[in-house]
Amino acid sequence: METYFLSIGELRAALAAGKLSAAQIITNTFERIASVEPHIHAYVKLLQESALAEAEQIDKEIKAGIIKPLSGIPIALKDILCTKGIETTCCSRILQNFVPPYDATVVTKLREAGAIFVGKTNMDEFAMGSSTETSLFGATRNPYDGERIPGGSSGGSAAAVAANECAAAIASDTGGSIRQPATLCGVVGLKPTYGRVSRYGLIAFASSMDQVGPITQNSADCATMLNVIAGYDRRDSTSVNIPVPDYTQFLGRDITGWKIGIPKEYFLDGIDAEIRRALNKTIEGLEANGAKCLEVSLPHTEYCIAVYYIIAPAEASSNLARYDGVKYGLRARNFGDLIDMYKKTRSYGFGAEVKRRIMLGTYVLSAGYYDAYYKKASQVRALIKRDFQEAFAICDVILAPTTPTCAFKIGEKIDDPMQMYLFDIFTLSANLAGIPGISVPCGYTEAGLPIGAQFLAGHFEEGKLLQIAAVHEQNAAFTKRRLRI
Amino acid sequence: MDFTTVIGLEVHAQLLSKSKIFCSCSTTFGAPPNSHTCPVCLGMPGVLPVLNQTVVEYALKMALATNCRINPSSSFARKNYFYPDLPKAYQISQYAEPLAEHGYLDIDAEGTTKRIGITRIHLEEDAGKLLHDEHNPASYVDLNRTGVPLIEIVSEPDIRSPEEAAAYLRALHEILVYLEVCDGNMEEGSFRCDANVSLMPVGSSTFGIRTELKNMNSFRNVQRALEYEIKRQRYVLESGGKVVQETRLWDAAAATTSSMRGKEEAHDYRYFPEPDLAPVVIDGEWIKRLQNEMPELPAAKRARFVSEYQIPAYDAGVLTADKHLAFYYEAVVRLSGKPKQASNWVMGDVLRFLNEDKKSIRECPISPLALAELLGLLEENIISGKIAKEVIEEMYATGKMPQEIIASKGISQISDASTLLAVIEEIIKANPQQLAQYRAGKEKLFGFFVGQVMKATSGKANPALLNELLKKSLTP
Repeated sequence: METYFLSIGELRAALAAGKLSAAQIITNTFERIASVEPHIHAYVKLLQESALAEAEQIDKEIKAGIIKPLSGIPIALKDILCTKGIETTCCSRILQNFVPPYDATVVTKLREAGAIFVGKTNMDEFAMGSSTETSLFGATRNPYDGERIPGGSSGGSAAAVAANECAAAIASDTGGSIRQPATLCGVVGLKPTYGRVSRYGLIAFASSMDQVGPITQNSADCATMLNVIAGYDRRDSTSVNIPVPDYTQFLGRDITGWKIGIPKEYFLDGIDAEIRRALNKTIEGLEANGAKCLEVSLPHTEYCIAVYYIIAPAEASSNLARYDGVKYGLRARNFGDLIDMYKKTRSYGFGAEVKRRIMLGTYVLSAGYYDAYYKKASQVRALIKRDFQEAFAICDVILAPTTPTCAFKIGEKIDDPMQMYLFDIFTLSANLAGIPGISVPCGYTEAGLPIGAQFLAGHFEEGKLLQIAAVHEQNAAFTKRRLRI
Repeated sequence: MDFTTVIGLEVHAQLLSKSKIFCSCSTTFGAPPNSHTCPVCLGMPGVLPVLNQTVVEYALKMALATNCRINPSSSFARKNYFYPDLPKAYQISQYAEPLAEHGYLDIDAEGTTKRIGITRIHLEEDAGKLLHDEHNPASYVDLNRTGVPLIEIVSEPDIRSPEEAAAYLRALHEILVYLEVCDGNMEEGSFRCDANVSLMPVGSSTFGIRTELKNMNSFRNVQRALEYEIKRQRYVLESGGKVVQETRLWDAAAATTSSMRGKEEAHDYRYFPEPDLAPVVIDGEWIKRLQNEMPELPAAKRARFVSEYQIPAYDAGVLTADKHLAFYYEAVVRLSGKPKQASNWVMGDVLRFLNEDKKSIRECPISPLALAELLGLLEENIISGKIAKEVIEEMYATGKMPQEIIASKGISQISDASTLLAVIEEIIKANPQQLAQYRAGKEKLFGFFVGQVMKATSGKANPALLNELLKKSLTP
């Protein structure tokens, strides 16, 4: 029986009705993985044995009448989330043999909700990249076109969901790493508000922006996943202790009278014509649903890339300093003294992009440069945040493109970091401001590549994002294109 | 040329919280290597620090005791450097926004009171320890101490001599221990000090180039190191040279300081705000509660003992040096109503016993009630001073009450006139010759009769009563 293409909602219904067992679902998922994974390479580690064992356990529970929110649902985890007893590498040589003795809080919550972990997914090394090409384990391919990138850094997670190698995935987003690959792979990706989901056990890249979120087939699944992972965690001092609403309640509500802000700074030249058309169509659809569009301004948008590429590398240079060969992970062989061990370990252990960002971050924090770079960037960051506050004073949500173009070809930008950085121009701002954003599919190019758009909302307004995403989904009325693979 | 010495001190005090500053591991000293560790203090990937509120409270107490202004909001920063004893490769500390600032401490400097400014008090975590194998080219890392809470107390450059430095340190140490926020153990590193010292020509207002001294693990060593370093700098300046800004290590065995690293080799710590921790917000209510809970500090207690109990300043100093000794003394006073006698017995016998056994006052087998009872027995002449000395030995050895000891040994004083008179009459009867001589004017024989009575009563005769009765009986 083929079940791999079913959404979480559909799988839950079938499990509850006794039409499917968790064992069947998991078995079929691994059959699907076996057939498509050679073309995709979404995973860096598969957990078939434990997944099947867990499925049997879940089936027992279901027989006993216990159905949890994610009972028997096959979930993929980005390899940046710590999993107890299972290698967690961040797709870096420096952590290649690292096995955490603890689960990330999100992983614990998913387990408790009955989720079954299918495997760990590919990503750019330490989430630094926009294409999943900087992974130690090699690139992931876009399920819609094997010559193209799936986006990044959560390319493995987005591709796994798009290619139906799992029902949903959990990833992380520091500058667009959930929303951007979700867009390029034609699935839904949500970056929650900074502080909405615990970061405990999420391997840090840029601590003030990292956030965990789901990648799913649709907005309803996204709400289900967010229900499970959201909430205060006393182990994460930056998680916020405010109640978590039932996010599924926002699904199916209409958006009559809503004001949708269209930021003029995001609709300048340089956006692909097909994307622009798809966005216009999205706007028309939402207006037909009773929403009103208005132009808003985010005047400090032009500084986002500069600010991001100061703050994120600064934090990263400090966060990644712990990988020094002393305690865990890689230690270079044949070193002389202590300094030599550090140098050899880190030279061999980190890839080029990670090294570039460590150097950049070290530089901007150095004595004599701190004020000119880090401090100035922090001040501008406050202005970017204020731009959004002012915009949300007059609109409910903002609609913006996720990427300037659709998925580019593998190898196309890997040697040009500046071009690679510019690809994230529309997603960085949400991380700088700490606000939530959701990317939703809104069509395909003539060549058959997915196009997406993102909605942004004020802090802790994930409900609004899911509400409008669900309306858009109904509205756009595009049928899910079956993959050729 | 005459120089003015300028000294500023940085003290690191380990706080006595049960668990570490950012995780729940134990802070106990001396456990097997790496047994007090968890993913958080080991700096494993993805873990996050959570601030221990007890640590903040202890630091606040010290800030209040040193008259600091407490910042309503302070924040943590990362101090970045690579070293194997620092698993995250950064120390979480406070930098731009410390917990408290602008305090002071009054110290006793050669009989006068001197005010030393306190620049700041901030919270930070300790690093681990490296153990170097003496026989193999290998080093081992023990991370038990990683994340143990510290406060750094930075003084203003107000100190003008090594003696003042030692006095300041003693005062700081005394307060920390009084507040029970630090055990003050210098050998175990619970109380550590670095010193910045420079010389400037007398009358100048521009400080000279300073050196930083490290590795001084006692008050005495701080003083010696400063004395040496002042001499060294004076020699350099007087021979026309320039002091080099550098960090120098004190070598107690050689009694010298030597260069550890120069200004050029100083680390660039690349401080930046710690994104994993929220600001430390201190509300007025918290401060008010702590102020109410603040114990009497040593200086105030000393002054009160002198005025309230009329004891000499020296005695007050001894009795307040340890908070628990002061508690003990005051308990004895309260129970006996005899501050002077209590002071004599506590400072004399009780402290002598304890010093001999290397025990603290809290381990003293003589309860304040027992000592007060002894003072009462003396007052009422039930025992003599001589007997009391024997009784207190017994009290220390057994923990028994003095009455109990006296009863069991039958050593209470004979103060009953008829009993004593019977003995006196017997002695007189037995010594007719001496009686005659006495009556003939040889008055120094009075002592002979006292001795005989004492012998007969095993020394238990009440001396005053004996004198009175004996005089009457010997007089014809």
